[in-house]
Amino acid sequence: MPSIKDAAAVVGVATTGFSTDSGRTEYSLAAECIKAALDDAGLRPEDVDGIVKDVVDGIDAMYIQKAVGIDNLTYASDSRYGTLPLLNAVTAVAAGIANTVVYYRSANNASGKRAGSDFRAAKETKDESLDMIRYDFHAPFGLLTPDGAIGMAVRRYLHEFEVSAEQVGWVPVVCSEHAAKNPQAIFHDAPITLADYIDSDVVVDPLRVLDCAPDVDGAIAIVVTRAERAVDLSQPPAFVMANAQGTSTEGEQLSSYSRPQMSGLPEMGLLGDELYRVAGIGPNDISVAQLDDRFAPLVPMQLEALGFCERGEGAAFCEGGDALRVGGRLALNTNGGFLGEGFSYGTNIIEAVRQIRGTSSNQVSDAEVVLVASGAGGPADGCILRR
Amino acid sequence: MEYVPGIPILKPSIDADNKPFWDAVANHELVLQKCRACDVYHQPPRPMCPECKSMDTLEWVQSSGRGQIYSYVNFTTDRMAYPAMKVPYAVVLIELDEGVRLVSNMIDIEPDEIEIGMPVEVVFDDISEDLTLYKFKKRAA
Repeated sequence: MPSIKDAAAVVGVATTGFSTDSGRTEYSLAAECIKAALDDAGLRPEDVDGIVKDVVDGIDAMYIQKAVGIDNLTYASDSRYGTLPLLNAVTAVAAGIANTVVYYRSANNASGKRAGSDFRAAKETKDESLDMIRYDFHAPFGLLTPDGAIGMAVRRYLHEFEVSAEQVGWVPVVCSEHAAKNPQAIFHDAPITLADYIDSDVVVDPLRVLDCAPDVDGAIAIVVTRAERAVDLSQPPAFVMANAQGTSTEGEQLSSYSRPQMSGLPEMGLLGDELYRVAGIGPNDISVAQLDDRFAPLVPMQLEALGFCERGEGAAFCEGGDALRVGGRLALNTNGGFLGEGFSYGTNIIEAVRQIRGTSSNQVSDAEVVLVASGAGGPADGCILRR
Repeated sequence: MEYVPGIPILKPSIDADNKPFWDAVANHELVLQKCRACDVYHQPPRPMCPECKSMDTLEWVQSSGRGQIYSYVNFTTDRMAYPAMKVPYAVVLIELDEGVRLVSNMIDIEPDEIEIGMPVEVVFDDISEDLTLYKFKKRAA
């Protein structure tokens, strides 16, 4: 059976840094970031023959070509969530469709229009996308936002396993500790305590404001090329051991309300099984992971789904924070995660690359492999990178 | 729960797949999509029965309108709330006796009194001339 294992590597990464008001266009952020990622790799724009654009991004790849000076592409696609665009790039490279692919995501999500949130506009323009099927049954009752949608599943998880806020709160606490050391993090130098978490406003019960990753302005770019080419470039390559996606029974985007049990993440379990199968390793071989902390309670759910603990034990795994800190059982989101660095998919891959290179602000010694998972609560996607 | 005057509620987009459902609601009836061959309910409605793959055996049948609260969220601040509804308001996920789950709102109850497992029954709220919504109220167990 053909495999993508070790066929491609991440050779260049960049972010613009994140803020609540970039004062710049998404086009400008994207162009700067793509050039910076190519510089990081030691590649020129004319080396690029593939582009993957995040769907939140309003700037079409052809305008990136105009700005950055990339004439000819043999591969261009739209994708979303970070490791799924990476999968697009990796498969294009592994299949010989392109040699060097850039994935970018540029969004003024804090100062501009929040990506994906303008449900009213979408309905008024009669958007016929599949997502609207569920909104017809949700919107009239005031359920419109991602935190509201996922809150239903979070409630079931907390209820079925008797999980307390005092347990879940360690996820944002540890992420803030990691963000405090990351100069690029929007919450740099602002670690929180468990008491801060408990005292923070409940926005959509059961979610507190500190459960929810902040929207930010900024861009990321990631350069992928063939493994044999990767070894001759400027940076130590981060080889892609495995990269996959998972969806499961009666799944929906944050509102999988029709599945028999709502207290787990079956698509994340499927994703983990596939990543471990392709990589030929298991959770016991992994001591650092970038998990999807867009909503903090989804972290213990991911720990269970990805095999780092038994079902129902994710919250106990997080309690006290030690297992999630550098040197613990599984160093979590060593850039501060979406909670600490800001909510932009792709930063999770970039932090995994930093770990592989040994340049993280919260470096795990001998981080030979790093697991990245995102899309928690919806279609899941992830990858395992190695030195 | 209360609405904010002057801000319209988002209406469902009616199409051929969901029209029978919303037509029934307008007539104060709650119907569910069911495959008569498989005896299985489907929500959200779909064009094909995922069990037998038939497109001809799906029909709309009357629901008991009874069930219990399976989950809920409570919008406590304006920050992420829907502007047409006054905070605090709860959105509930009802598991009907038929096994199907529906998103809805509760009437005649404070958001902080809502709990998982509470027995409920359907009621209908004529919001405006062209919008009726199904909602739920607490019933005796």
